[in-house]
Amino acid sequence: MTQETSPEAAPNSAAKGETGGTQASASPAPLSEMDAPSSQVRAFGGDTALRLDSGALLDPWQIAYETYGTLNAERSNAVLICHALTGDQYVASSNPITSKPGWWSMLVGPGRPVDTNLYYVICANVLGGCLGTTGPASTNPATGKRWGLDLPLVTIKDMVHAQAILLDHLGIETLFAVIGGSMGGMQVLQWASSYPERVFAALPIATAARHSSQNIAFHEVGRQAVMADPNWCGGRYFEKGVRPSKGLAVARMAAHITYLSDPALHRKFGRNLQDRDAVTFGFDADFQIESYLRHQGMTFVDRFDPNAYLYLTRAMDYFDLGADFGGTLARAFLHSATRFCVMSFTSDWLFPTSESKAIVRALNAAAANVSFVEVESDRGHDAFLLDEPEMFRTVVGFLTGAAHARGIAAPNGGAA
Amino acid sequence: MSGKTSVRGDHRLVADLVEPGSRVLDIGCGDGELLDLLVREKQVDGRGIEISQAGVNACVARGLSVVQGDADSDLADYPDDAFDFVILSQTLQATRAPRVVLDQLLRIGSNVIVSFPNFGVWRNRLQLMFLGRMPVTDYLPYSWYDTPNIHFCTIRDFVSMCEETDAHMVKAMALNARGEPVGFTAPWWVWNLIGEQALFLLKR
Repeated sequence: MTQETSPEAAPNSAAKGETGGTQASASPAPLSEMDAPSSQVRAFGGDTALRLDSGALLDPWQIAYETYGTLNAERSNAVLICHALTGDQYVASSNPITSKPGWWSMLVGPGRPVDTNLYYVICANVLGGCLGTTGPASTNPATGKRWGLDLPLVTIKDMVHAQAILLDHLGIETLFAVIGGSMGGMQVLQWASSYPERVFAALPIATAARHSSQNIAFHEVGRQAVMADPNWCGGRYFEKGVRPSKGLAVARMAAHITYLSDPALHRKFGRNLQDRDAVTFGFDADFQIESYLRHQGMTFVDRFDPNAYLYLTRAMDYFDLGADFGGTLARAFLHSATRFCVMSFTSDWLFPTSESKAIVRALNAAAANVSFVEVESDRGHDAFLLDEPEMFRTVVGFLTGAAHARGIAAPNGGAA
Repeated sequence: MSGKTSVRGDHRLVADLVEPGSRVLDIGCGDGELLDLLVREKQVDGRGIEISQAGVNACVARGLSVVQGDADSDLADYPDDAFDFVILSQTLQATRAPRVVLDQLLRIGSNVIVSFPNFGVWRNRLQLMFLGRMPVTDYLPYSWYDTPNIHFCTIRDFVSMCEETDAHMVKAMALNARGEPVGFTAPWWVWNLIGEQALFLLKR
């Protein structure tokens, strides 16, 4: 039982009414994007209900996605992009809420390293997200109200399972490549482990096979900030007509620090003051870094659902791929024919190179086909989303080599 | 790990030792020239380790499977008997612990191919004898203070290390400056004098 809603059919006219204007923290993301997104969406249920890791059954559920490029006749050129914690399906197209260009449009697009002239790119909003795939902000069909905390917890495995069902219904048996950074990288690893025969090449970037204690700690700070906001109302803020924007903004501010690095912050802001010549002996945002973080927090709450933030951070916390295989990560990749290219960044302290090396070690122990590149960058974890030519060159090289092995013709004679 | 020596004329000889279709690990694979040759001509399932990011990226861009890492610290991560052939080409002299590296090579690979510059070649001996200076040649162009080659050895040194590790010498060759084998068999001391490089095929 599936149905497809084309972008045109999405009733997003209601969105404008709900948001009112573009005022910062007071106006949440258009609620219509959560149930009837601007992107394509597929609904499932009945025999395609989703059995979650927790044992709960999600029925019905839906998944929102964007596609770019054209699927070739052999159906061999599909590339799945997995987004990170606060990402979305708009990897290479304008985000309907922020109107900003796609979050990875430097990497994905015509003539880009993931060349949409050559590959058919699919990017879906993750399960538990808030831009059209079933998540805590979606309407629970059983009650007519938004799920809130009644939605069962979802895991990285559940996200990947949902994507696999979508691909089944798109008629895509095997993926040429699965690519993702951070939480997206966790999905890439899960894909390679759960569906090795469906993944020809895997590119996990700036990620880990399990979420570290330190990272769980940062997530807990963020969740507590959301839940400590009186407007959170036990997750039922929609019904009360309020929104824990302050809490979510604080969560985002704390998290944002972990995405950067001390040298990058120093280079960008130093101790520079914000629109003033001297400190004010008060608690205004005297420093540019404070002003920057407040801005980051405020713009984030416009586009993200606070409960979804709780669900997705939890999904990352629970991720421990090796634990599913008796504590031996190598067994997750045993007999895998997938070609891997693992990438990390020198200044990333959230998902440090040591985490990527642990993945590489496991892949080596499983005799898998693996490349590993550590990219020199001082921009911290965020580097994977930024203009990093070395990363782009690696992606092009790896995909070109894999395309050759897969028999996909490279454009322009295959310039690597 | 790449570019320790100016001539790598031993690639053809190494390729001749490798069985077609085998699993191969090339340690210090540089820009992937040898690995590429093996994949193309011998259809091997090839992997590489390279220390420089530029080298790794060049390899990945060629479609080779190469991991950034170094022989001293990363070989321990590989399981026993992971490869049919493990190749250490012109890199041994740049490792911190050559003896430990050799043990690891023998553990990981059923066959181990090692090539290295022979420090005992007559040219080097003459420079030491008559100039009293560390040898600098076309083949080994570095000054003593900026060389990556921190553990030079002679052919006889290497042979005696192999004996200590119980490595079985299947094949040994002395090569001239152009990387061609010295076309006759001779006692070790002769090879040690005239060989610019040496190439060994070892088994456990």
